[in-house]
Amino acid sequence: MKSAVVVFPASNCDRDAAVALEQITGNKPAMVWHADSEIPKDTDLIVLPGGFSYGDYLRCGAMARLSRVMQDVIKKAQEGRLILGICNGFQVLTESGLLPGALMRNAALKFVCKPVGLTVTETQNVFTRRYDAGQRVVFPVAHGEGNYVADAETLDRLEGEGRVVFRYAPGENPNGSARDIAGILNEKRNVLGLMPHPERVCDPLLGGTDGRAMFESLIEAVG
Amino acid sequence: MECELKARVFVTLKNGVLDPQGKAIGHALNNLGFASVGAVRQGKLIEIELDERDEAKARAGLREMCEKLLANTVIEKYEIELKA
Repeated sequence: MKSAVVVFPASNCDRDAAVALEQITGNKPAMVWHADSEIPKDTDLIVLPGGFSYGDYLRCGAMARLSRVMQDVIKKAQEGRLILGICNGFQVLTESGLLPGALMRNAALKFVCKPVGLTVTETQNVFTRRYDAGQRVVFPVAHGEGNYVADAETLDRLEGEGRVVFRYAPGENPNGSARDIAGILNEKRNVLGLMPHPERVCDPLLGGTDGRAMFESLIEAVG
Repeated sequence: MECELKARVFVTLKNGVLDPQGKAIGHALNNLGFASVGAVRQGKLIEIELDERDEAKARAGLREMCEKLLANTVIEKYEIELKA
């Protein structure tokens, strides 16, 4: 599997993502600067990493969405290429309109940085097929604006179409997200955004390996 | 550049969208002894100088700016105030 990691000014999980991708896929991902006009053509998976792109000015992800490389990411998403947005990457995806809803300030107004229990609620997709439906995993979260918001109709639709892939485990919602939503798919199921960090739990030295199955799922799907 | 028009754009959360910051500000005001303070909602004020004389054109441009960047219309609404 060939992957690319987009690097925005003030991305800070781009290297975590690159290390996890290289360890698990065996291929070094292309690191693509925000001002570049194109993602390499043979890329199977594009990762939008965590961080504070453009200093979170105006709104998280609002500036990144307008960067040059994002125009190509949006195009490739529409063509069906796989896009994984983690944390700030999820915020960029909602701002870009590639995923519905928005991520607002955490309900308790505090930045949360801790491991959180999640339920894998959906496995009929390329990102989580190697997990068991209903499986509990622990991924770290680290964000101040991860409070997922959408209108009731959108939330019903996401649930009805099996597009809520991760939920915070009962009692562990760290940010007030509607219906405990931690990660969602787009309609075509080729774009996933989530607030928790799977790339930070791919090596036992870092406290866990629950995130590996996501990358293994992608390898299996892409071949 | 001499600017012809000055705009003030107010970006606030839509009604019904929870505003924890506004709530915290309200609590803080209550704690300071402002007992009459009820619900508080907060937002952003963006001031923009425009090199444009035509108010209608300016307004149309500002609306487009709001839709494309200044507000996230999933959760926010905007109001535009124009002054010569």
